[in-house]
Amino acid sequence: MDLNLVWFVLLGVLLMGYAILDGFDLGVGVLHLFVRKDHERRLVLNSIGPLWDGNEVWLVTFGGALFAAFPEAYATILSGFYFPVMIVLLGLIGRAVSLEFRSKVKTPRWRRYWDASFFLSSFTVTFVFGVALGNIIEGVPLDADGEYAGTLSMLLNPFALSVGALAVAGAAMHGAIYLFLKTEGDLQARVQGWIPKAFGAFAALYLGVSALALYTQPHLTDNFADLPAAWVVVALNVLAVANIPRAIHLGRPGYAFVSSSCVIAALTFLAMMAIFPNLVRSTTEHASLSIYSAASSQATLRLMGIIALIGMPLVATYTAIVYWVFRGKVKLGENAY
Amino acid sequence: MELDIVLLSRAQFALTIMFHYLFPPLSIGLGLNMVIMEGLWLRTGERRYEAMARFWTRIFAVNFAVGVASGIVMEFQFGTNWSTYSRFVGDVFGSALAAEGIFAFFLESGFLAVLVFGWDRVGRRMHFFATTMVFCGSVFSSVWIVIANSWQHTPAGHVLVEHEGAMRAEIVDFWAMVFNPSSMHRLGHVLLGAFILGGFFVMSISAWYILQRRHEDFAKRSFVIGLIVASLASWGELVSGHAQAQMVAREQPAKLAAFEGHWTTTDEPTGLWLFGWPDEEAQTVRYGVEIPALLTFLVHTDFETPVPGLDQIPKRDRPPVVVPFVSYHVMIGLGTAFIGLTALAGFLLWRKRLFETRWLLWVFVFAVIGPYVANQAGWVATEVGRQPWVVYGLLRTKDAVSKVVPGEQVLGSLVLFSVAYLALFALWLFVINEKVRHGPTEPEDDPRDEVGLLAAAIGARQRGASLTATEEEN
Repeated sequence: MDLNLVWFVLLGVLLMGYAILDGFDLGVGVLHLFVRKDHERRLVLNSIGPLWDGNEVWLVTFGGALFAAFPEAYATILSGFYFPVMIVLLGLIGRAVSLEFRSKVKTPRWRRYWDASFFLSSFTVTFVFGVALGNIIEGVPLDADGEYAGTLSMLLNPFALSVGALAVAGAAMHGAIYLFLKTEGDLQARVQGWIPKAFGAFAALYLGVSALALYTQPHLTDNFADLPAAWVVVALNVLAVANIPRAIHLGRPGYAFVSSSCVIAALTFLAMMAIFPNLVRSTTEHASLSIYSAASSQATLRLMGIIALIGMPLVATYTAIVYWVFRGKVKLGENAY
Repeated sequence: MELDIVLLSRAQFALTIMFHYLFPPLSIGLGLNMVIMEGLWLRTGERRYEAMARFWTRIFAVNFAVGVASGIVMEFQFGTNWSTYSRFVGDVFGSALAAEGIFAFFLESGFLAVLVFGWDRVGRRMHFFATTMVFCGSVFSSVWIVIANSWQHTPAGHVLVEHEGAMRAEIVDFWAMVFNPSSMHRLGHVLLGAFILGGFFVMSISAWYILQRRHEDFAKRSFVIGLIVASLASWGELVSGHAQAQMVAREQPAKLAAFEGHWTTTDEPTGLWLFGWPDEEAQTVRYGVEIPALLTFLVHTDFETPVPGLDQIPKRDRPPVVVPFVSYHVMIGLGTAFIGLTALAGFLLWRKRLFETRWLLWVFVFAVIGPYVANQAGWVATEVGRQPWVVYGLLRTKDAVSKVVPGEQVLGSLVLFSVAYLALFALWLFVINEKVRHGPTEPEDDPRDEVGLLAAAIGARQRGASLTATEEEN
């Protein structure tokens, strides 16, 4: 396995980590308005209170790693997707601010405003991420210099929009299961009612997007010829999807959460597999940006590998400590939001 | 109308980085104060230090959240607006940025959760550990980002290589890149600047409480801690600033000449402008006061070696003068004022008159603006002084922007960020103000408090007053 491939895999790991972890707190944001009482909304927000910030670090590190390992792809994607990226950045600011400021004033109007803002920013961030991912899977027009040669409106094509919808439904499902784990009593009973709805939307969109992908983007399965073992991931993914309602039915939400995490991981894997060996697939006659043509020097990839080797165990340790400290049902303490 | 993408992108970068940089220095500086306070709590077991640690942590949390939110923008803006730059430096700059993510951000954000929400979930030692780790994380973060930035000023450890039809910089010696000629100078300067801000911030709020006769015991102790931090850091900054200016003279003579408004190289020793306003047309400084020969002496520690002026620099490589000159002088003027103010406060504390000198406390309430301005001014001076280069001597700023982003979109995002940041800044002020008005939750009177480490410096007689004050607020 060469260093370029190692970094492609490591980026995949960072993306998976981000999608699984920030996925549930984005999902909680998408569902937030469905609870009505202030006390319950506070419980919902505080279930992700200590965790969302650390979850976003996965995105920041993904950005840094993409910059360092594949600067050509980082440059093309971010400048090509300029406006969607700005919307995501403002959305991420909006989320942080809504969470932080909502609790500081007790008037209902103030809180309604920040609740709406929290929902809207969470929804937008999730949706735009999905749209961006959809475009990456499809490929985009590149010019001779490897720069994005399309327009803003070309990014809003049906396939990409449907991936955006799938992202929102997936996050809502993942977030609902997470909330089910963290809440109790009456609130938990209502959260339980959301899971089948979110699951239904996710499953329908998952089938729809898969069909659309296979129909309109036949190149997506090319790599399966070289790596037939990847069909196992497809099969496991289907099983994991099916396991979610089963685990909920059996009253084992932890199991359901693991399943939905596996679904997100598998979908990330399949998306990475679909574009390999490209990072930005060109739909024009000009060359794609591959993990070789877009990469930094071998010396940098090796150096970054050492950094990752030292850093990743530390990251795993901190993450484990924090999730351990904040295990169990959410309670409103003195320092709660 | 043709929009100037370079200008718009520069404006957006300046806006987003300057806004962002309101928050990290306070996180670093306040973090140090919190480590000291919580350390005192752990050591003495006095509840009053717990109250301090808890109060400042609440302020810290709000500041940190805004810092993170505005910081995410920075991570991606190199690619969105400066994609040619990103292609050119990714090999060098990207790795420092990725190292920052892995070594600093995870550490910070993980333990921040324990710091803010973990008071009742972990023991005292573990909590202190978390506070220390958050502080370390914020320092590590500054280490990596300052290394990356310093490389832009004094590139080292790289070679220029052709890649896919364009030139780019690639690392050949990682440690030479890390310890490039300006990185450690700049790092020390940045950290001390953050400590000064942290100290002045603590003193500002504490002085306000003392003037209002609220939480007096809490406020006086906090003030002393902030004063110690700010005093040491202010003197340290003087030493660091001098060393850094000598480094700039060595590595970036054009920048030093712009800082000092020095156009014409002469064999005579060059003077130092204390203040003034540079006139770029006439190539002279107006309305100023100059100390003869001092610049030559400060740079070379002799009166013979000439200091090169801007006339030694080809016209197309010269930085602008007004902005670097003014911001550099503002920074130095403020830095000198910090030494004076902290020395005066230290003297009055020693004479046991500090907390009765109300005018000085009022000065300290507002003096916190000083370190904010100084931190910003220092960065403006160094970054504008680097122009017209984005990577000194290697890549010009005008060649570094994204090629495919339409001007209207940059203008649109600039407007959006301006509106969002204005609102965010107002909210930050509002929430910090609420927290300050609410004040610390003071402990019940604890007889052990009499043996406090700083009790000698402050005097125990104010204790009664603070308790009554707490009751009034409740």
